[in-house]
Amino acid sequence: MTCTEFLALLDDLIDDSVTPETRAELQQHLQGCEHCEVTLSTTRKTIEIYRSHEIYDLPPSLRERLHAAIMARCKKGC
Amino acid sequence: MATIQPIAGENEQHPDVALVERVRAGDVSAYDTLVRKYDRQVFRIAQHITQNREDAEDVMQDAFLKAYEKLDQFQGNSKFYTWLVRIAVNESLMRLRKRRTGKMVSIDEDIETEEGSVPRDLADWAPDPEQNYSQAELAEILRKTIQGLPQGFRIVFVLRDVEGLSTEETAETLNLSVPAVKSRLLRARLQLRERLSRYFRRKKVPKEMGVDK
Repeated sequence: MTCTEFLALLDDLIDDSVTPETRAELQQHLQGCEHCEVTLSTTRKTIEIYRSHEIYDLPPSLRERLHAAIMARCKKGC
Repeated sequence: MATIQPIAGENEQHPDVALVERVRAGDVSAYDTLVRKYDRQVFRIAQHITQNREDAEDVMQDAFLKAYEKLDQFQGNSKFYTWLVRIAVNESLMRLRKRRTGKMVSIDEDIETEEGSVPRDLADWAPDPEQNYSQAELAEILRKTIQGLPQGFRIVFVLRDVEGLSTEETAETLNLSVPAVKSRLLRARLQLRERLSRYFRRKKVPKEMGVDK
C-alpha cells in the first residue's frame, strides 16, 4: 500500500468503517511509515480537540434572552 | 453485518417525536423543551456559518420560529434534530446572502483547492498539545483555524465531526451527494490538521541539548 492509498482510506479508518482485511493492510502500512502514522494520530487529535472544546459559547444571559423571545413569539402563534 | 431495520414503530419512537406530537396538539411547553435541548447546537452552527455573533443570534431565533411554524411539515421519518439543523443551515446561508448582497453564497460551489490534500507538515505534535495554551488562547486558535477553511469544507466538518451527524445526514442536510461530503470531510480534516500543526507541533530540541545530563 502506498501513502496515497493510505490517505484515501484515512477517513474510513478514523470513522471505523473499514473491513477487517483493509484494516490489516492499513495497519501494515502504518508500521513502516512514520509520516502516515503522524498524519493519522494528529488528524484524530484535530477532530477530538474540536469536539471537546466549545469555541462559540452561548452565555446563560444571552441564552435566556433568546429563549424568552422565541417562546413569546411561539405563544402568539409566531 | 447490520440488518435493515424497519422505521421505528410506535413503541420505539425517538423522544423528540413525542415532544413534536405534543406541540402539534397545542402544548407550547413541549416546544420549550425542544428549544432548550438544541439551542446550543443551532447557535454554534449559525456562528460557524455566519462567523458573526449578532447574525448567529438572529439565526437562532429565526430557525426555531421557522421550525415551529413548519412543524406540520416535519415527517417522523427523519430525526427532528437533523430537520432542525437543515433549517438552521438555510437560515444561516440566507443571512450571509443578505449581508453580502450581490455576492453568491453557496456551499455547492466547486472548491478549487489542493491545499491539505497531501499532508506537508509531518512533524508530530506534542503530547496533549492543547495544554500549552490557556482556555482562551486555545479557543482563539481553534476559531481562527476553522474560520480559515473554505465555507463548503467548514460546514461539512462542523456537521459531521462537531455536531455528530452521519455522512448521510450531512449529505441530506446540505443537498450534497455522499461522495461529495466524504471528499470535503477528508480535505477539511487534513487542512485543519495542517493549520493546527503550527501551534501544536513538538518543539524541536537542538541535538546537543536533547539528552538530559
